[in-house]
Amino acid sequence: MNMSPHSNDKDYQLDEPLAPKKTPLEEFWRLFKKNRLAVAGMVFFVLFFIVATVGLVLTRGKNPVIDPSRVRLEDKLRPPLARPNLEMLQPDEVPKLGVYIFGTDDLGRDVFARMLQGSWVSLTVGFVAVGIAVIVGIFLGGIAGYYGYRHVRVGQLLAAAFLIAGAVLLIGKHIWAGAALLICGAGFILIAPLMKKSIQGTTQPAWARLWLFNTISIDTLIMRFVDIMLCFPSFFLILTVVALLPASIYNIMIVIGLTSWMGTTRFVRAEFLTLRELDFVAAARALGLSNFRIIFRHMMPNAVAPVLVSATIGIATAILTEAGLSFLGFGVPPPNATWGNILSDGKNFIFDAPWLTFVPGIGILIVVLSFNLFGEGLRDALNPKLRERN
Amino acid sequence: MLSFIGRSIIQKIITLFFVSVVSFLIIHLAPGEPSQVDPLNPKFTPEMVERFREAFHLDKPLEVQYLYFYRDLFTGKTISWKDNQSVLKKIWERFLNSLLLFIVGTILMWTISFPIGIRSAIFRGGLYDRSSTFLSYFLISIPSFFFAYILIIFVVNSFHIPVIGMQTFGIGDTAWFSRAMDRIWHLLLPSILSAIAGIAVLSRYVRSQMLEVEGQDYVRTAKAKGLAADQVHYKHALRNALLPFVTMFGMILPGLIGGSVIIESIFAWPGMGRMAYEAILARDYPVILTINFVSAVLVLIGTFISDILYLVVDPRIRL
Repeated sequence: MNMSPHSNDKDYQLDEPLAPKKTPLEEFWRLFKKNRLAVAGMVFFVLFFIVATVGLVLTRGKNPVIDPSRVRLEDKLRPPLARPNLEMLQPDEVPKLGVYIFGTDDLGRDVFARMLQGSWVSLTVGFVAVGIAVIVGIFLGGIAGYYGYRHVRVGQLLAAAFLIAGAVLLIGKHIWAGAALLICGAGFILIAPLMKKSIQGTTQPAWARLWLFNTISIDTLIMRFVDIMLCFPSFFLILTVVALLPASIYNIMIVIGLTSWMGTTRFVRAEFLTLRELDFVAAARALGLSNFRIIFRHMMPNAVAPVLVSATIGIATAILTEAGLSFLGFGVPPPNATWGNILSDGKNFIFDAPWLTFVPGIGILIVVLSFNLFGEGLRDALNPKLRERN
Repeated sequence: MLSFIGRSIIQKIITLFFVSVVSFLIIHLAPGEPSQVDPLNPKFTPEMVERFREAFHLDKPLEVQYLYFYRDLFTGKTISWKDNQSVLKKIWERFLNSLLLFIVGTILMWTISFPIGIRSAIFRGGLYDRSSTFLSYFLISIPSFFFAYILIIFVVNSFHIPVIGMQTFGIGDTAWFSRAMDRIWHLLLPSILSAIAGIAVLSRYVRSQMLEVEGQDYVRTAKAKGLAADQVHYKHALRNALLPFVTMFGMILPGLIGGSVIIESIFAWPGMGRMAYEAILARDYPVILTINFVSAVLVLIGTFISDILYLVVDPRIRL
């Protein structure tokens, strides 16, 4: 049986010419480029990538082309576009560009070089944090949406409770009790499949029925967890954790990521609840595909649009959060320069050296603005419900 | 209705319990101990540290500490590790200060964002719509402290508006009128700044809600039967577009704490956010945990109120 669309066309013998076929990408681009702000956002988005990559290449290594950490006390607080003071500097201290494009800071470091280095760090913070959030969000949202109707049994709940209680006791310095509980929990999990087999078929005794008693659905479990996470004031939580953990750029990425996955989870779950009932998923299931393949190959591509949008905007938020943390003194520690800590260092010299505040501030503004505009443009173009009727 | 209320209260109490456990674990599992905050201080002899640990139950296992802490919290006996003041009393004072800022900021936010959003929805695609869209993205994207500094420079240089603290130093004895005016001047800049991001977000939301309703058939019908444009927009469309905002009344409660850390630190406003920040710096666990708990309670009360409001306002929702 030939099911290709061309044979179909011939069968119906359509007289009128068909609408020109467009790939989804072309259709998307047609809609997207109508929104001029979004296109501008995308241009800056790409530009920022290029700048960050170039910045990484130019400022890395032992002897970088543009040195962001070279201290030149003779040349401190020079305004933008100032020429270096050639008589005072050692020959190897003279900046390669021959001019301080964005001026120098209170230690005479080249702000342009620090901005270049910081762009890569800011970009990584944004991307890794959002990456973590998206992975956790897709995973939990996918489970809640796809397997949500299933119930957690009493036995599973007990096993989990044993494991958690064991872990807590272990941390609370009750080594033996904790280890015993952990082993009990692990034992439950190991013998669970065997027990299931032995229980099946025969008439179930009372304890087995209790054991298999359905408690709450997986969906409820995960969404209540989301509710719990949403109860924390997010910036305050991030601040607390970052302040208590040792200062490191990775901690900041991980903490921002682990406190911002709730939105993605909700999106993905909502999409999955709709998609699960659609015919193509039923067809995939009827073909005997594995759940894993159905989720990741068939459902995820259809659910990914809102995730993409929220990720784009999430990167912007993460960069802003990092800047806020830096401002409060908990940001990425030196020697890494980020736009956030250049800005917060510069605020002490706001009257004497306003460029130290304005250069990174406007940099953050432009990048975050472009990410936001790009994300909103994506949302409009990817969501058929929001399109103008024309 | 009653069963819904009962169920959701039980659910919220369970959530609150887990929040308390999680926040307790986060704080106590972080490396370092509050008894080691100041290791170089010669007054902190090992005996002192031991006494300190004993006085605040830090030598007990974690689950016992948890029980002690929440017993103290519910009986109102929690004291700050920093200055031995009662935490609830401290928080209450700061809460009132934050509340003032919050109320003014919220009033500004809701009164300004609605007209902007409605107007840009009505004139969709026009110059006004496009410029307000760009402006709101601009305000969302600007780092709040950077914006605060720009405003401070501008305002201090040209209008002499005070930007530090809640009142001018030494104003205590003057007439109530001048004190009130002084307070209002001090409120002006922090409340505008805390409202600005909210205005940007909310006006976008108003716009999209209005657009959705304006596309409905009954609005077209109202236009077709020749009603005045104002009546169509404000009577038919706006009333229906308002529905989701009823729920947002509940959602703004938690904004009391979360968003105010940076603004309060910049303006030296003695509110809850700043207290939280200072408590974090001093590793004052009881204060951190209590603020966390209070804010979780606020979030839950907020969602509860918005659920109830939704039930009351929207007759289509039945439980």
